[in-house]
Amino acid sequence: MTIASAALAHSSPILTALGLTKVYKSGLVEVRALRGVDFELMGGEMVVLLGPSGSGKSTLLNILGGLDLPTSGQVFFDGHDISSADDAALTRFRRDHVGFVFQFYNLIPSLTARENVALVTEIAPNPLDPADALALVGLKERIDHFPAQLSGGEQQRVAIARAIAKQPEILLCDEPTGALDHETGILVLEAIEQVNRELGTTTAVITHNTVVADMADRVLHIADGSISNIVINSERCSAKELRW
Amino acid sequence: MTALNHKLFRDLWRMRGQVLAVGMVIASGVATLVMSVSTQEALTETSQAYYERYRFGDIFATVTRAPETLTSRIAELPGVQAVQTRVSRFAMIDVEGFTEPIIGQLTSVPENRQPELNQLVLRSGRWVSLSDHDEVIINEPFADKHGLVPGDYLSAIMNGKKRQLKIVGVALSPEFIYTMAPGALLPDDKRFGIFWMGREALAAAYDLDGAFNSISLSLLRGVQPEPVMQRLDTMLERFGGVSSITRDDQISNWFVMNEIEQLKTMSAILPTIFLSVAAFLTNMVLARLIATEREEIGLLKAFGYSSLHIGWQYTKFVLVLCLVGISLGWVLGGLLGRYNTELYAEHLFKFPLLIYQPSLHAFVIGSAVSIFAALLGALAAVRKAVMLPPAEAMIPPAPPIYRRGMLTDTAVSRWLDQPTRIALRQIGRWPLRSMFTGIGVAFSVGLLVMALQWEDSIDHLADNYFVNSQKQDISVGLTEKEALRSIHDFKRIPGVLDAEPSRIVSADFRVGTIVHRGGITAIQADSRLQPIYDDNSHSVLPVPPEGLVMATRLAQKLNVNAGDVIWVEVLEGRRPTLQVPIVKVFETYIGMPVFMDLNAMNRLLKESPRLEYANLLIDEGKQSEFFSYLKEMPTVSSVMVRQTAIDTFYETVAQTMLFFTTIFTGLAAALAFGVVYNSTRIALSERGRELATLRVLGFTRGEISYILLGEVSLLIILGLPVGCAAGWLLSWLIASNFDTELFRIPLAIRASTYGSSMLLILASAAVSAALVRRRVDKLDLIRVLKTRE
Repeated sequence: MTIASAALAHSSPILTALGLTKVYKSGLVEVRALRGVDFELMGGEMVVLLGPSGSGKSTLLNILGGLDLPTSGQVFFDGHDISSADDAALTRFRRDHVGFVFQFYNLIPSLTARENVALVTEIAPNPLDPADALALVGLKERIDHFPAQLSGGEQQRVAIARAIAKQPEILLCDEPTGALDHETGILVLEAIEQVNRELGTTTAVITHNTVVADMADRVLHIADGSISNIVINSERCSAKELRW
Repeated sequence: MTALNHKLFRDLWRMRGQVLAVGMVIASGVATLVMSVSTQEALTETSQAYYERYRFGDIFATVTRAPETLTSRIAELPGVQAVQTRVSRFAMIDVEGFTEPIIGQLTSVPENRQPELNQLVLRSGRWVSLSDHDEVIINEPFADKHGLVPGDYLSAIMNGKKRQLKIVGVALSPEFIYTMAPGALLPDDKRFGIFWMGREALAAAYDLDGAFNSISLSLLRGVQPEPVMQRLDTMLERFGGVSSITRDDQISNWFVMNEIEQLKTMSAILPTIFLSVAAFLTNMVLARLIATEREEIGLLKAFGYSSLHIGWQYTKFVLVLCLVGISLGWVLGGLLGRYNTELYAEHLFKFPLLIYQPSLHAFVIGSAVSIFAALLGALAAVRKAVMLPPAEAMIPPAPPIYRRGMLTDTAVSRWLDQPTRIALRQIGRWPLRSMFTGIGVAFSVGLLVMALQWEDSIDHLADNYFVNSQKQDISVGLTEKEALRSIHDFKRIPGVLDAEPSRIVSADFRVGTIVHRGGITAIQADSRLQPIYDDNSHSVLPVPPEGLVMATRLAQKLNVNAGDVIWVEVLEGRRPTLQVPIVKVFETYIGMPVFMDLNAMNRLLKESPRLEYANLLIDEGKQSEFFSYLKEMPTVSSVMVRQTAIDTFYETVAQTMLFFTTIFTGLAAALAFGVVYNSTRIALSERGRELATLRVLGFTRGEISYILLGEVSLLIILGLPVGCAAGWLLSWLIASNFDTELFRIPLAIRASTYGSSMLLILASAAVSAALVRRRVDKLDLIRVLKTRE
């Protein structure tokens, strides 16, 4: 058992989901994306959500991150039910507590790396210095470059720096390596791992790449809208060791 | 319907907001064009038809008294088709129940038949008879204003004798489409009327039996008027003829033609503005559409559609866009044209018939010009679509390269937050597009300034003419010049506080080959009631003991300046030709007056001191007493009551001004709306992903709206002052176009006009921004995370 997983055993849940269902209406067809999911995200842990596309993992992540509301069920953050919050409260939740990393980076093309990070630190209550956040992901030298001047991996690392610069309680990553080649993907995962270890940020990573699961404390297998299996890794692999 | 056409209509429907916004701008351009061209056509056709049907003369002349026997000799002049002589005089009229004095122009017509030329349109009643000398036909506007009908009576002081006249008919005449009393600025149908009486009756009253004092000729088709006029002038000279004029200079026709000219100016300037903005908007919308459809274009090409197909597809989009604008513009322009023409017919010009049949011409020009403009605007965008190689089209475009700019990379920039930086870099990245947005806004402000400044100019003009240059309450013109001492008789009239004499001497001013026919207003050296007010120095100029004080506009026409000596050929009395120095020039907006000291004038003419006009200051409380005295005076030929003139001026001007101000406010608002809506809408569609990302990152709706609308707001703020400058320029352009010998429009824009224009445009921009803001609220946050741009 690693130090982290030992600590995990004693930590309390930071985010709790109870009986989440989500039904999308697409024309006349009803799509049941989640079918009653119960789930706890423990403080400081790294969770990987594995599943084929269409399994509902993104829907779950979106609801946990306050981007979407469940059709039924509840999500508690710090004792507050965010599943019945209004738009303003959800915005505040995302702004103060959640960091997002997306598959396609979603950087603002008209801002430099530093400015993209500053975009978030300017509205956060207790942020890191943008330069420090970028140094953390190994981009100290590329700080004044615009997205168009950065490689895909570099852009994704800027996105990670942007997500963690506000020192969020939760870091949610949706297919962060989906658009990257193997080597660059490893670099990005290293950055995520580093943030989780050094800052203790609770991290959830969505992927369909089973290899990535080896770096998690817990692995949630999702299929057909529900959690089919939970695996606790006795030993977390470091991102550097991953091969696919 | 083919699949591509289905796609076309779905695209149009999807972008309906933008299509409508561009359509509105196109419609504004087409509407102004159709309105001015169709009004222009209606006025031209109506007056031509009227002139032809009622045989409006080609040449007009007046004499003191010429024998009727001259008529046959004039008729024999080569090129002359018909001749009509007549007796015409001004007289004081009294209508029961109306206290103010009325001036009538009495004009003779043959008893029992229409005259050869300038025939009347009998609207009601009958023609004057040979047997009764007290019968009169009156002009319709005057009859309407006073509620007079055939069978009613009015009285006139004719040659010193008061006569009771019986109204037998009401008529209109092509000579008096625009009826203006001598010395007046605008028509006043209540205080000036036209009265047609039998030739014998009128000749007898004015001792002009077997003689005439007014003549009108018509010419054979294709005959040049100048040689005829020269011969006519020679024949009439010994009978006191003042040289003849063509139809072009006949006062009523001059005004009608002048109005048509102004409409031509309008039809050139305004649609140009709208259609160039429309071209730019079309380009913007289409460029965006093509950018979002890169992959589809690549796919279509891969399927084997030719470049021509693709080009035609987007050209069709532009054509439908135009169709929306053009059909809106046609309807609007047609309605406005009709309303505008009727407004003219109701308030300014009196026609017995109104031909409003907008020719296809107006509509075709409107559509052709707007399609051309829109296609021109779309050219670059369509070219881009056609040129895309299919393989390249199917991969997403390279991200736009941004640079740090001056604004965002200086010492100041440290204080900028990231959202402001995004807005600024966006402007720097697309400078041309940003500039066009700014220019669009500027044009709207400019249009509004131009529309609203009319009131300022008109106020300034009225102030200059009625307040600063005239201090008298009433100006009375006499039928014959009287000895100067008779001014004392005026001072003794009940209610008169002060009286000053003046006279106007007709004269030709000659410098080299340039001749101007005008008059010299002679006033007393210490004149307080009719001062020479100079609008450049904003002060009253002293009347020099010798020489002339000349209006700038006339000095320009004659190409002379203060200190020059010019030839003055006096057209009355002994008709001397004199050399007179110009002592000073002064700025005024009405007419081209020339002033001189009254005593100096009398000395030059070698005449005993005389007066022709009495300028009076009246005790307000005794005005009606004064009027009833005036009505009995046998020698009055004109009365100008200053307050009435001011009222009439504003009444007439306000009507047309209100129409134009309303139209232009609407058009400018449409323009601003179109520009701002499209700019923000396109920014939203281009940056929806960016904005949604920010929402995910925890930015509120207000904060991302700031980024989206901040950029356009900045452009609007930059556009506002430019718009004020453009408004000044447009007003200046219009003012220079109104630079006629009769009047000029002063360029006098109040600060409040700039203020209201900017506020109105801001309001219109706010409405379009609010519409886009609603879309910001509906951004799909989840979709953007899953899709690559």
